[in-house]
Amino acid sequence: MTDLPFGISLDVGTSLANKTGSWRVERPVYVDRLPPCNDACPAGENVQRWLYHAEAGHYEQAWRALVEDNPLPAVMGRVCYRPCEGACNRAQLDEAVGINAVERFLGDEALARGWSFEAATRPSGRRVLVVGAGPAGLAATYHLRRLGHAVTLVDGAERPGGMMRYGIPKFRLDRGVLDGEVDRILALGVDLQLGTPVTDLPAAMRDGGFDAAFLAVGAQLAHRAYIPAGDSARVLDAVSFLRDVEGADPPRLGRRVLVYGGGDTAMDAARTARRLGATDAVVVYRRTRERMPAHDVEVQEAAEEGVCMSWLSTIAGIEDGKAVLEEMELDADGFPQPTGRFHDVAADAVVLALGQDTDLSLLATVPDVTVAGRSVQVDGTLMTGHPGVFAGGDIVGPERTVTTAAGAGKRAARAIDAWLAGGTLPQRDRHPLATFDALETWYYADAPKAHRPVLELARRTSTFDEVVGGLDEGTALFEARRCMSCGNCFECDNCFGMCPDNAVIKLEPGQRYRFDYDYCKGCGICVSECPCGAIVMVPEEL
Amino acid sequence: MTTQPVRFYQVGSFAVGNRLLDPDQRTVQADRSRSNALTSGHRACQGCGEALGARYVLDAAMRATGGRLVAVNATGCLEVFTTPYPETSWQVPWLHSLFGNAAAVATGVAAALAVQGRDDVRVVAQAGDGGTVDIGFGCLSGMFERDDDVLFVCYDNEAYMNTGVQRSAATPPAARTATTEAVGPEPGNPFGQGKDLPTLAMAHGVRYVATATVAELHDLEAKVERAMGVRGARYLHVLVPCPLGWGSDPSDTIRVARTAKETGLFPVYEAEGGTVTSVSPIRRRVPVTEYLRLQGRFRHVVGADGTVHRPDIVERLQQMADATVERLGLDRPAFGEGGPAGTGSPRTGEAVGTGNPRTGGPAGEGATP
Ligand SMILES: Cc1cc2nc3c(=O)[nH]c(=O)nc-3n(C[C@H](O)[C@H](O)[C@H](O)COP(=O)(O)OP(=O)(O)OC[C@H]3O[C@@H](n4cnc5c(N)ncnc54)[C@H](O)[C@@H]3O)c2cc1C
Ligand SMILES: Cc1ncc(C[n+]2csc(CCOP(=O)(O)OP(=O)(O)O)c2C)c(N)n1
Ligand code: SF4
Ligand code: SF4
Ligand SMILES: [Mg+2]
Repeated sequence: MTDLPFGISLDVGTSLANKTGSWRVERPVYVDRLPPCNDACPAGENVQRWLYHAEAGHYEQAWRALVEDNPLPAVMGRVCYRPCEGACNRAQLDEAVGINAVERFLGDEALARGWSFEAATRPSGRRVLVVGAGPAGLAATYHLRRLGHAVTLVDGAERPGGMMRYGIPKFRLDRGVLDGEVDRILALGVDLQLGTPVTDLPAAMRDGGFDAAFLAVGAQLAHRAYIPAGDSARVLDAVSFLRDVEGADPPRLGRRVLVYGGGDTAMDAARTARRLGATDAVVVYRRTRERMPAHDVEVQEAAEEGVCMSWLSTIAGIEDGKAVLEEMELDADGFPQPTGRFHDVAADAVVLALGQDTDLSLLATVPDVTVAGRSVQVDGTLMTGHPGVFAGGDIVGPERTVTTAAGAGKRAARAIDAWLAGGTLPQRDRHPLATFDALETWYYADAPKAHRPVLELARRTSTFDEVVGGLDEGTALFEARRCMSCGNCFECDNCFGMCPDNAVIKLEPGQRYRFDYDYCKGCGICVSECPCGAIVMVPEEL
Repeated sequence: MTTQPVRFYQVGSFAVGNRLLDPDQRTVQADRSRSNALTSGHRACQGCGEALGARYVLDAAMRATGGRLVAVNATGCLEVFTTPYPETSWQVPWLHSLFGNAAAVATGVAAALAVQGRDDVRVVAQAGDGGTVDIGFGCLSGMFERDDDVLFVCYDNEAYMNTGVQRSAATPPAARTATTEAVGPEPGNPFGQGKDLPTLAMAHGVRYVATATVAELHDLEAKVERAMGVRGARYLHVLVPCPLGWGSDPSDTIRVARTAKETGLFPVYEAEGGTVTSVSPIRRRVPVTEYLRLQGRFRHVVGADGTVHRPDIVERLQQMADATVERLGLDRPAFGEGGPAGTGSPRTGEAVGTGNPRTGGPAGEGATP
């Protein structure tokens, strides 16, 4: 008799001899689907992946997974407009995961603990010129360095950061945080040349012996509109105004300030004016609230700080101490039309925030680069018409955000790397999207979103302290754990536990599972009960 | 500062396992070294809830007893699909005698072990609903009354599945079976018939009585563990959907069981010595149509898309569900959301046995109205 368990006396055969897999007409297979957050991130972050590490409290691992794609998490966690959260599946259950808040937590944690980037692999021996040290140029520099290329980063300004420093006000992005993240990139070994505007790109490339260039000079020129103004009228453009606030001697605007325009820059200018002592800061916009390009959160925060809005109005003229506003009305097509009704408002200064244009004079001697409207034309790999010259960020558009710029820097670096090797960047197939209906949300515990602390109002008009605070560790962990891991197995054991035929094999932690097709009958319970939609049924070939 | 305690583990409270939880807080089924008391190669249909339920119960009992367990089985699917001679799917000492005598055989096994002084080895008897509420009821009532040291588990798939889906006293009203066809003015199983076995067990003053479903693993395992910690007669009633007999999609087995509970049609609770001591509250209540539409046996009542064909029958079933929810207080908000059942506040002194949740009629009501 063989060695039998307690109480078994008959040496009968086991049913393992009966391979029930032959009953099956469909088989379950594990898949990875693209989570909507990842899909929406303009910097191509693998949000689900880094949240997975964060959930376990492995913050450094989470941060390292994050910076594979984006070297500026602490900046992102402050200024990104969070398209990921707009796409997050959890919004259909209760509220979107606070992805951006967790990103900020990880970014701040990295700065506090001094985590640094892994140095470049082997030097490639190739040299790349990056023009512009805004988010696009910095991200490209970082990725190029990690790919082993030598980088010279040139900027006309005195400090690196581009609009992150000279546009976005301090009360939304602490400069210590910006410096910390920029310095960490520079620590990878970058030849940084500040205060050096490039005026002739081919000359700069020739002189420096560069193999390729990435152009990321942004959109620095304030868009102007003709407004009749008296000699003594104080009229500034928002870009210069915000840049000057960065300087040692902030401009004085007076008590009554009008800001003309409806974008985020207008909101930032008005909020900055309040902090510089304006008692009345009024945003004048031609259309209605619904048609305003500024993001809701910016409009709301401005309103909280006492910024007033004058919808459906234009500035017809500016004189000393006042401006003449004309009322507008929307026509049938939604365009604002003048009404001929005017009124005066008191104004010590008028700030024009009418958008930014690109200055592409450095390309004057490169005829094969095409420019359409305000943007440089590039192909799918971000290469311009001139071989080896790539471009991205605000000069390419159409989205003009820090995150899009950081994503462009990454894509350009990878494309430059491929181009230098004599090829082109292979197009990677995207996984099918993990839509909400692929999930079984029963298994997710109810958990309302944790919100970030906000500075008290009094300090929001008297100081440049950051308005929105960060999450503490416990709250960040809680928020990370709200992630449903859409489309990606997170080892909840449902398939392993719920198979009536024991046909799921659980592998070592982190290795997920395997189907035992000898016994799987193809009932599909695993597919139905997988919380995150990481299993699909496919027909058997009969 | 918004601070929130980290009080939940993503899916730990409802899913089988969770990498973030301590291994000993995960279910037995999450354990790679679980017994697999009922192993692969068995001949149950695709998506069989009974096969799943039996493995859940016996693996938990194996853990609770350190593997010193004997199982006695009544005739029925569970016996037939596991033991076509010379094969067996059981990885536990296992006996089968007859359709109706599992309780008596288990009593005998327990008595024999007691005579030998083997109080370390424990006995589980298991049967389908036919083997429990119908033909096995005499033996079971005796086992209850004598307080024999056996856990009797009923895998309730609400009909005689092994012989081709004939009605049992556990078949719900309106359900189509081979012997209650969906014809005539009152199609399917008549209202006002049948027995509610957990209530009958409680009426015997059984030490520990519990109901559970295959959709709530944490709850089910906790109840098995609880039961194995008690000496004397115990009764566990597990709802196990049968895709074949219920006309449900094999992939929907867990969903059907979950919906049975979430409608209030199948109450999940524990009782000690005849008194309900805790209930597993409904988490996301849904109308009975959500349950009915998943199953072919109710197709004459509600279409798969939720179209109601017989509002009068839906109404009666909804009233049954409402009465059960009311009687047991199942609609209370879940407490410490996510905790396995048994963490809800204990209900002491609850009067039970005052209605017949199984039939939709008052207790003691006669035959077909
Ligand atoms: C007021 C304001 C607020 C904003 N707020 C947000 C926000 O909250 N969130 C968000 O996502 N986006 C915001 N944006 C947009 C965002 O800042 C830009 O989209 C982003 O910075 C563009 O990055 P970039 O690298 O393409 O260009 P930039 O950031 O503009 O950087 C370009 C760099 O190139 C340098 N440069 C220009 N010409 C030359 C030259 N010829 N030679 C050498 N160097 C040169 C410049 O000095 C500059 O450093 C805001 C913009 C403004 C103006
Ligand atoms: C005394 C006797 N009568 C009838 C049968 C035939 N028989 C075998 S299994 C079964 C039905 C079992 O139903 P249930 O107990 O509900 O178990 P299920 O198959 O549904 O799991 C019947 C009627 C039998 N084996 N013995
Ligand atoms: S729940 Fe998680 S994986 Fe799903 S979209 Fe939201 S953040 Fe991404
Ligand atoms: S008939 Fe029902 S209980 Fe029997 S093996 Fe099939 S699914 Fe399971
Ligand atoms: Mg049955």
